[in-house]
Amino acid sequence: MNYSDDSRILLSGQREGQISRFRFWVMLAIPLAAILFQVYVPLFFQFLGYLEMPLLVVVYFALMRRSQVYGLMVGALVGLAQDSLSKNPLGMFGISKTLVGYFAASVGVRFDVDNVLLRAFLAFFFFVFHQFFYWVMARSLLAQQMTFGIQRTLILGLLNAVVAVFLFHFLDKLRESV
Amino acid sequence: MDTFLNRYRNPTVLLLVIFAQLLLLAFQVKNDQDVRMIRVWTVSAVTPFARVVEGLRGGGTGFVRNYILLHDTHEENRRLQAEVDRLKLENNFLKNELNTADRAKALAVFQSHTPSKTLAANVIGTGAGSNSKVVFVDRGSAAGVQRGMAVVTPDGIVGKVIAAYPTASEVLLITDPDFAAGVLSQKTLVRGTLKGLGTPMCKVDYVPPEEKLEPGDWLYTSGDDRVFPRGLPVGVVKVVRPGQPFQEIFVEPSGMQRGLEDVLILIEDVHQVIPNEPLASQPVYLSPPVPPDDLQASAPHLAAGTDADKLRSQYKVIGDAQNHKFGEGGVGEKPANFNLKVNQVGPALPPVNPANRVGPALPPANPANNVGQALPPGNNTRPSTKAASKPSAPGQPPATPSDDVAQRPHSE
Repeated sequence: MNYSDDSRILLSGQREGQISRFRFWVMLAIPLAAILFQVYVPLFFQFLGYLEMPLLVVVYFALMRRSQVYGLMVGALVGLAQDSLSKNPLGMFGISKTLVGYFAASVGVRFDVDNVLLRAFLAFFFFVFHQFFYWVMARSLLAQQMTFGIQRTLILGLLNAVVAVFLFHFLDKLRESV
Repeated sequence: MDTFLNRYRNPTVLLLVIFAQLLLLAFQVKNDQDVRMIRVWTVSAVTPFARVVEGLRGGGTGFVRNYILLHDTHEENRRLQAEVDRLKLENNFLKNELNTADRAKALAVFQSHTPSKTLAANVIGTGAGSNSKVVFVDRGSAAGVQRGMAVVTPDGIVGKVIAAYPTASEVLLITDPDFAAGVLSQKTLVRGTLKGLGTPMCKVDYVPPEEKLEPGDWLYTSGDDRVFPRGLPVGVVKVVRPGQPFQEIFVEPSGMQRGLEDVLILIEDVHQVIPNEPLASQPVYLSPPVPPDDLQASAPHLAAGTDADKLRSQYKVIGDAQNHKFGEGGVGEKPANFNLKVNQVGPALPPVNPANRVGPALPPANPANNVGQALPPGNNTRPSTKAASKPSAPGQPPATPSDDVAQRPHSE
């Protein structure tokens, strides 16, 4: 793994952080692959259904691009695509992931997102935030009587954080070299 | 504006994207009543403003109506007050009409039950004197009214005729100071003389102190004055005071309690027994009227009593007696003999309604039984007048002839 040279997490300024750039096919294929993974792999490996691969992809692109508009757009598109493949009305995952992309990009502006621990924590945090916000919207907008298991959510958050570390390291390989 | 958008570009874009997806959600999602959320949200967002606007409009309109146009309220109030006054008058008029109808019913019932021959009359005026208790009735000598006849209502005696004119009569009320009549107490049969005082109350004179008379006792006419027949209610004793040489007894007359509009003039008097209970003040039961269907069903029977029906029946009996059928004979054939005497000719006429009887043509065997149904069995032990105890033959006038009425002396 290639980490930043210094061990600082908080950046001193926005210009200090570098904006990662990706090829177009990467920006198209990675989210699509994540969505396909979300809908296809659990058919064979049910326990993998707890992985929120589209969410992790959105977090990664938002963090690395350090652009809030870019982050929310990626989140909105991925979320709507995920909604279109689910039984939920269009917009449930879209709104949640839009907010995740926006806040993740906001975090990426201030923090050194190449730090592994920070990546793991952000993946954990945004997973919990995504699950909680989705629960809130499902109850308020859809009047669904969903339960929010905090312990289960935290455990799945940890699991997704671990997976996110390796996923982010893999996606780092796809960045364009400056 | 451009600076503002550039500065808050990211939050603005975020809000726009979120809002767009919310709209997308709202288009898809329906609530539990199958209404799309976009409609629910739109209505929920619009109706508060509409409510505010409507409240402002209604408040403004109400302000204009209640304050600026208040002068119309005063005019409307006057109009409604006039309407209320008119309805009050109409209500009183209808009440009087109803009261008159009740009195007419009571008079009819009393007329049908009393053995005396009566004549209904209406009070058409009062005497001119301020202290005189005199009224005029619309029946006079042309109707058979004579001076000295008693005037009563179903509730009691009212007065007596002091002058009979051709079309009207003058009646001296029992409250007039010049009025006097013999009375008898119901319980103790104490005799006295009723006198008017010029007030609504009357006085009973000539009752010795040893005679027992209590407030609440009913007084009836004794018949001693030869004006009022025995047994008519007079009134109830209100005050009894000891005095020398006679007690002071004040009576409230019962004959004028319901007003004085319709009265009965006793053309021929029949003495009655004094009942144990006052009958005049008790409510009179009237059976419900005959339904219209029954009237129609009984119409043929009533039609059989007409002259034409009698004539037709008579001809039919004559024809049957001679084996002659009307309308079947040829020209030149001998007609039926209509001078033939046949015993049974025509159906029997329907019985005459007793209420419509003019006089006591068929008085009952015991007139005491005709007074009312509340008479106890022991009532026959009371002394009764000659006319009451002596039954008349059917078809003959009662024992008190009308000549006696004409010849009886005036009490004044």
